[in-house]
Amino acid sequence: MRLTVNGAQHHLVGLDPRTTLLDALRERLHLTGAKKGCDHGQCGACTVLLDGRRVNSCLILAITQQDAEITTVEGLGHRGAPHPVQQGFLDHDGFQCGYCTPGQICSAVGMLDEVGKGWPSAVTTEIPDPNGDLLTDAEIRERMSGNLCRCGAYPNMVPAIKQAAGR
Amino acid sequence: MTSMVTRAVGAPVARLEGPAKVSGAARYAAEYPQDHLAYGWIVPSPVARGRLDAVLIDPAEEDVLAVLWYGNAPELAKSDDPELAVLQSDEIRYRGQPLALVIATSLEAARRAAQAVQLEIAEEDHDVELRADHPDRYTPETVVPDVPAESSTGDVEAALTSAPVTIDVTYETPPLHNSPMEPHATIARWDDQDLILYDSNQHPSGIADTVGAIFGLPAGRVHVVTEHVGGGFGSKGTARPNAVLAALGARVTGRPVEVVLPRQAMFSIVGHRAPTLQRIRVGATEDGILTAIDHQTCTQSSRLLEFVESASVVTRDVYPVPNLRTGHSVVRLDVPTPRWMRAPGEAPGMVGLECALDELAVELGLDPVELRIRNSPANPRYVECLRSGAARFGWSERDPRPGQRLEGEWRLGTGMAGATYPASAMPSTARVRALGAGEYEVAIAAADLGTGARTILAQIAADELGVPIDKVHIRIGDSTLPQASVAGGSSGSASWGWAVTGACRELRAADGSSDEATFDTTELVQQQKENRHASGAHFAEVRVSTVTGEIRVSRLFGMYDGGRILNPRTARSQFLGGMIMGMGMALHEESVLDPAQGTWVNHDLAEYHIPTHADVEWIDAAWLDQPEDDLNPMGSKGIGEIGIVGSPAAILNAVWHATGIRIRTLPARLDKILTATP
Repeated sequence: MRLTVNGAQHHLVGLDPRTTLLDALRERLHLTGAKKGCDHGQCGACTVLLDGRRVNSCLILAITQQDAEITTVEGLGHRGAPHPVQQGFLDHDGFQCGYCTPGQICSAVGMLDEVGKGWPSAVTTEIPDPNGDLLTDAEIRERMSGNLCRCGAYPNMVPAIKQAAGR
Repeated sequence: MTSMVTRAVGAPVARLEGPAKVSGAARYAAEYPQDHLAYGWIVPSPVARGRLDAVLIDPAEEDVLAVLWYGNAPELAKSDDPELAVLQSDEIRYRGQPLALVIATSLEAARRAAQAVQLEIAEEDHDVELRADHPDRYTPETVVPDVPAESSTGDVEAALTSAPVTIDVTYETPPLHNSPMEPHATIARWDDQDLILYDSNQHPSGIADTVGAIFGLPAGRVHVVTEHVGGGFGSKGTARPNAVLAALGARVTGRPVEVVLPRQAMFSIVGHRAPTLQRIRVGATEDGILTAIDHQTCTQSSRLLEFVESASVVTRDVYPVPNLRTGHSVVRLDVPTPRWMRAPGEAPGMVGLECALDELAVELGLDPVELRIRNSPANPRYVECLRSGAARFGWSERDPRPGQRLEGEWRLGTGMAGATYPASAMPSTARVRALGAGEYEVAIAAADLGTGARTILAQIAADELGVPIDKVHIRIGDSTLPQASVAGGSSGSASWGWAVTGACRELRAADGSSDEATFDTTELVQQQKENRHASGAHFAEVRVSTVTGEIRVSRLFGMYDGGRILNPRTARSQFLGGMIMGMGMALHEESVLDPAQGTWVNHDLAEYHIPTHADVEWIDAAWLDQPEDDLNPMGSKGIGEIGIVGSPAAILNAVWHATGIRIRTLPARLDKILTATP
């Protein structure tokens, strides 16, 4: 089977059909940026982008995604040229232990795309409101709540994400 | 002497490992590629008490290399920690105890085979229910961290009888789970007679010693690699069964073996904060001077180990009281073993003490900040935290009466509580090498769990060596480096920074005659000042829905004395993180034991509710930044735990102020608000 990750196509031989996308990334491709925190879609540490949309890669079987474009944190940017969201996390100390961080960053990238499309969240009050600000602190917190952080780095992630969005 | 170098200590230096962490390049324990890696999966006990008679293996599963259980597992040397005697006995002491380890060539095969394993068990009746009137309740000799269980000064009963104002309340805290985001994980590999462990822990030196002893290996034959750790909060302070199981599996199969605990297993195998039932009686004069306190804690431990959560100990130190009695009792039950969780003792103990003092302040008609100031005559830094924190929070505008502010469906209120945590250092050794061209390597087997330790040690070394921080190369997270103490007890920076300072000073004193210096602090820390504390004050504003009972923390503020703050950027993050965990303790977190099954009902992150993004609104921390120069060369006090000490009480006191309802059984769930009468 094949997987297209960060623009590169990989052919995986003998992959167990029970393998999740997360385990394929971590154990076969050694793309360990995607983290396993709960393996049950409860913590968000495994968040990657699937055709641009954020997903919990622990809840997806790898074999079902042969035609998808998968982007992991490694594909967003690297040390020399970080993605604006990665730069925001660096500038605002948006992490401590760093284990939820790749998931938070992928989730923020997907979330900003959703906001750009005008998708509402549970705290959006006026729909549709093309002039409304969908990037208030409350909107960011609500939209990022699928990604847990036990260190409690949340307060620093909000300005990090705002900076990346140019706010 | 004027220096060309700007001081690094005290500067908001960004985390050195930040670029690696945000790009996914930072490697955690289970992320080191190995040739022919095999995967171990634990078979947990489905009963809380009994005997394991046999393990039957489903032969249909391919790719299984071994199934280890006490019937076939290699014998291990005895350890001080009975929980590390994995697969050594047929006795089942708690539900979730590892009874077998399946090792297979893929994760999928290992998991499937573990689910297919059949256990023949002779089940026995169990008891997992903690009650204050439990017939097996007893008083232990010591409590965590090895201090006497009881203390008594003066005549508490007489003082309580004669006190004009008294409070007699019981506060209950539930079992809590550390729940770091990175599960406990180990990859073990035997290279001839040497054991290599890539392990997620808070103490590489200690893990090497412990696991080495279990496998009969001399010092230096175990190599623990712990470059990055995805949080621990106390649960990774000692070797956990995953390390021993991985090493066993690797020895039997001859392959590297990875054992990563499933999230559900973390609720049983790696520890929890034990529940506490705290009775607190306080006596005071009419002008609010404390005359008597009696603080009694009842808690639980497992059949395997006596570990006593020391919730009453904190009351011995915070306020001077002429008549003071503290004590602990414990019931050994068929439960998983409780262990250290961020501020063990202090976190639950300051719920009891600081909520009781809030109730006393109401009884006295005295402002709760003023009550604490009046009772802290010899603690000027604490008083300054109280005063300065109150001013910054806007405390003086508060109407002391409860239930006075209503905005729409929300009742608003504010509350406060004090904070304290011991300041100490433990023996450690550091080595510094001159690399030439003005560059240096600093080496110590410390672990950075997200505390900022790596960065802070570089700052300390840069100042001591008189070079910019980018000339210092830090090596930590490896047991082959000079021995370091545990990243725990808020002692890491003090302990390791002391050793680094000493090594740097020796190297400079050598004045070029040597290009390397090693410094061991063992003798120095034996002479350290005792009974010193970091202190602080927490202030909270909450709104409580009159419709749903939902509690929101609108504002949370912490004002601290942590001695010299070595890095304000990472310090602020640590303070806020502790406060947020405190918010979880006050409002959300609660592990529920099912009495019938003996299991944690809510053993995952969907049902054990840690705070999320949406729970955290306005939050901030500030500090005095006054060095305590006679404590250690940096003048610093640990700050990793104080944020969770007192912040839950501040929130609960604010809930009372908003609603008139005293929540004395944590957490303050909305159903308790809705069914309570003010």
